[in-house]
Amino acid sequence: MSGAKKLGLKQRYAHMTRGLDWETTYQPMDKVFPYDRFEGIKIKDWSAWEDPFRLTMDTYWKFQAEKERKLYAVLDSFAQNNGQTGVSDGRYINVLKLFLTGISPEEYQAHRGFAFAGRHLRGVGPRVAAQMQSLDELRHVQTQIHTISHYNKYFDGLSEFRHMHDRVWYLSVPKSFFDDARTAGPFEFMIAIGFAFEYLLTNLLFVPFMSGAAYNGDMSTVTFGFSAQSDESRHMTLGIEVIKFLLEQHPDNLPIVQKWVDKWFWRGHRVLGLVAMMMDYMLPKKVMSWKEAWEIYFTEAGGSLFTDLARYGLKVPKYADVATAEAEHISHQNWAIFYQYTHAAGFHTWMPDAEHLDWLSAKYPDTFDKYYRPRWELWAKLEKEGKRFYNNALPQLCQCCQIPMGYTEPGDPTTIAFRSSTYKDQKYHFCSDGCKDIFDNEPDKFVQAWLPVHQIFQGNCGGATVPDVLAWYRMNVGADNMDYVGSPDEALWNEWHAEKLRKAV
Amino acid sequence: MAQVASITLMLNDDARPIIESILADNTGVRVLNMTGAVKLDRDESIVINRASVEERLGRPWDPQEIHLVLISMAGNLDEDDDQFTLSWRH
Amino acid sequence: MTIQIKTLDFEPKRQTFGHVARRLGGDKPATRYQEGTFDIQPTHNFHYKPLWEPDLWQYDVRKTAVVMEDWYKPLDPRQYYYATYNIARANMNQAVDRNFVFVEERGLLTKLSDTGRAGIQRGLLPMRHLHWGANMNMTEICQRGYGTAVTGPCIFSAGDHLGMAQIISRIGLALDGQTGTSLDAAKVVWLQDPAWQGVRQLIEDSFVERDWFQLYVAQTIGINAVLFPLVYRLAEPAWAESVLTVAMLTEFMNDWQAEETRWSDSVVRTVAAESGANRALVSQWAAHWIDRAVVSGRTLSAALLCDEGKAADTAGETARTRARALGLAI
Repeated sequence: MSGAKKLGLKQRYAHMTRGLDWETTYQPMDKVFPYDRFEGIKIKDWSAWEDPFRLTMDTYWKFQAEKERKLYAVLDSFAQNNGQTGVSDGRYINVLKLFLTGISPEEYQAHRGFAFAGRHLRGVGPRVAAQMQSLDELRHVQTQIHTISHYNKYFDGLSEFRHMHDRVWYLSVPKSFFDDARTAGPFEFMIAIGFAFEYLLTNLLFVPFMSGAAYNGDMSTVTFGFSAQSDESRHMTLGIEVIKFLLEQHPDNLPIVQKWVDKWFWRGHRVLGLVAMMMDYMLPKKVMSWKEAWEIYFTEAGGSLFTDLARYGLKVPKYADVATAEAEHISHQNWAIFYQYTHAAGFHTWMPDAEHLDWLSAKYPDTFDKYYRPRWELWAKLEKEGKRFYNNALPQLCQCCQIPMGYTEPGDPTTIAFRSSTYKDQKYHFCSDGCKDIFDNEPDKFVQAWLPVHQIFQGNCGGATVPDVLAWYRMNVGADNMDYVGSPDEALWNEWHAEKLRKAV
Repeated sequence: MAQVASITLMLNDDARPIIESILADNTGVRVLNMTGAVKLDRDESIVINRASVEERLGRPWDPQEIHLVLISMAGNLDEDDDQFTLSWRH
Repeated sequence: MTIQIKTLDFEPKRQTFGHVARRLGGDKPATRYQEGTFDIQPTHNFHYKPLWEPDLWQYDVRKTAVVMEDWYKPLDPRQYYYATYNIARANMNQAVDRNFVFVEERGLLTKLSDTGRAGIQRGLLPMRHLHWGANMNMTEICQRGYGTAVTGPCIFSAGDHLGMAQIISRIGLALDGQTGTSLDAAKVVWLQDPAWQGVRQLIEDSFVERDWFQLYVAQTIGINAVLFPLVYRLAEPAWAESVLTVAMLTEFMNDWQAEETRWSDSVVRTVAAESGANRALVSQWAAHWIDRAVVSGRTLSAALLCDEGKAADTAGETARTRARALGLAI
């Protein structure tokens, strides 16, 4: 061709994506993209978007197909070899129950949410990236279901994960988190899930779960986890690109973005409390404590990130210091909640044994022996005496995060924190300043919350008694709920291992 | 406090040449071994050179292939035909 | 010490998840397609109304006028879940790569006459914008639709359209010696050449369609069924000099359409068969969007083929016949 220069890779990719888009003229752009203005975000120049990865569809198909071939080969061989018998202990399966009921359905929500962003952001660069993420998130929910499907054949608590997710009290914690993001505008969604969740907090979710799976002999979960994480790093790059792009586009965006970062950091922190409990209490073989994970993945990694973002004027999220202080307490306080309400939980609970207690003391030298060990020892003693402690009163829930009000005051681990706000003559209750702030910023949204305990009282959950509600949850009483000791899961596990030992002699 | 650039890779045959090239090309890199994965941290920046990976791999290597073994990362990404860099520099 | 694990009794307690078993009519082994699709969209007890559409929930059956007793009836006959979808496309794409190598090594597109080049630039390359528009619509249906049985394959289809837009872009780059000039020129054609304005107006009008199932019908039964065969098959004389080359490089599109149609036809057939009211609505939508696609295609085929729009009428007749075979009254 006449003297024109061959394209570099970057320009070539631009032709493959941005060149496809055009300004509509037969329909006004504001009607084609009706949702990207109301949040107040100002974009001067969409073309300033930097593509995080220059992945064309053909390369995407190629890499993803290769990953999937490898993953499903592992899943098939895991099933053929009855890999479920090789995990560290039958208790481990409860980690998967929490994951499948609490996390996998949120991958689905992310899939639909990124489809929304992938259609409704006006810039073509972020739209293509969001569409690929939408595809990836569908991958994650499906590979998780396919992996855990094998465990469902043998263990309880997994079979009704979809039904439970829309109903069970503690599952409304992650569900309301994602409902909140899905119902926000496209920019807030990108900051909530793309930045706060995928960039800032995802390592705290996946690395502990997956290293935990690896440590506990669950090779199928490790494989899907690490394979999913290879998509996650693409998502993280999208998340960081989004925040920089918004902050570079217009100074008026800063206060909006800061408010979202504050909100979604705190909301994410609350949801991750479930992961904290999983790490410190539910993994038979421990990887690291929640506090250590928080130091590596929030304090250190987040520190570098916010140093970098300071040049835009963005500050470390509000209450990050409170969250860091809570890393000493949150796993213990959550496990206490689930232990008391084990009859209404879709996974098993137990009191830590002596070795486990010592591990907790070593990992939490300033707090565990002082505040939590005595309670665990008392509860264990009551169990022995046949007086296991159950809490039969329905708890008050935080209007924002929906966790029962069991968290303590910053700096005073012996006093439960209560906050409240009055809106349109109604009083609303919160577990923390972080949750109260979020409500106060968007009261019209948060008064709508489908609070499980309120709903039970209003008669919307199958009836007035605990058995009525559990039936409505489709919880198989005596199998899905209650302590691990005495459960059908335990009986099966012991049978397998007795058999293994017998054969081995 | 120095800003830490970080990359976490799967620990398998596909990733080994990449891990080795990172260790060779980034002085002062810190290694955290996890089951099935390895986290490599370094103050300010980490670079992966295509040539360096190819030398160990014995075949052409496209930096985009890193997608197959990447678990996590921290830092701003800059990627072209010859290298893949994570850094906090601007 | 030997552990003879094989002799242990590993009789499963259950074969599949509760919601899947209820659909299979009992606890039977389920396929990965079934477990990865059935009921995975949340359906109950949503927390907040969307800020951007406060009258409806984010998942809401009221976003279309057609009514299904169960949105998991319109299943995908290909039984695609993410893995099988990507593996299928990666395989199809190997042929694309081989064909591009073949064409580029022999300079089959760079050696064309100016007329030959202009034919492709004006007739074929603007299709990448139509695919991009189709990508927007399928993404919209994925986000706005109801039930994973339909919405899941829609994001696959959106990926397909992006992939096809990029194949066309590669044809342009092969044509212009990897400079991008032909793509820039073809974009001007898309935006200004009267030949394409009907098509552009059609796709822009579809962007503002709020009823997601009507949009599905518009895209698959209208636009795909009329305009893709028109350009990828009937318009071949417009690039007579390179018919075989273009046929090779657009083989993906023809294979894709044969495959996707099995799914999209099956969805439309199932939804229309649900009730008389659905059948009436879907028929009316199909007639409307096929007509519009034919009208826009006439201008295009008249400009490319000097046939006074006959090729578009032919494509339209085929589309109508197919729509009737799906049980629609047209």
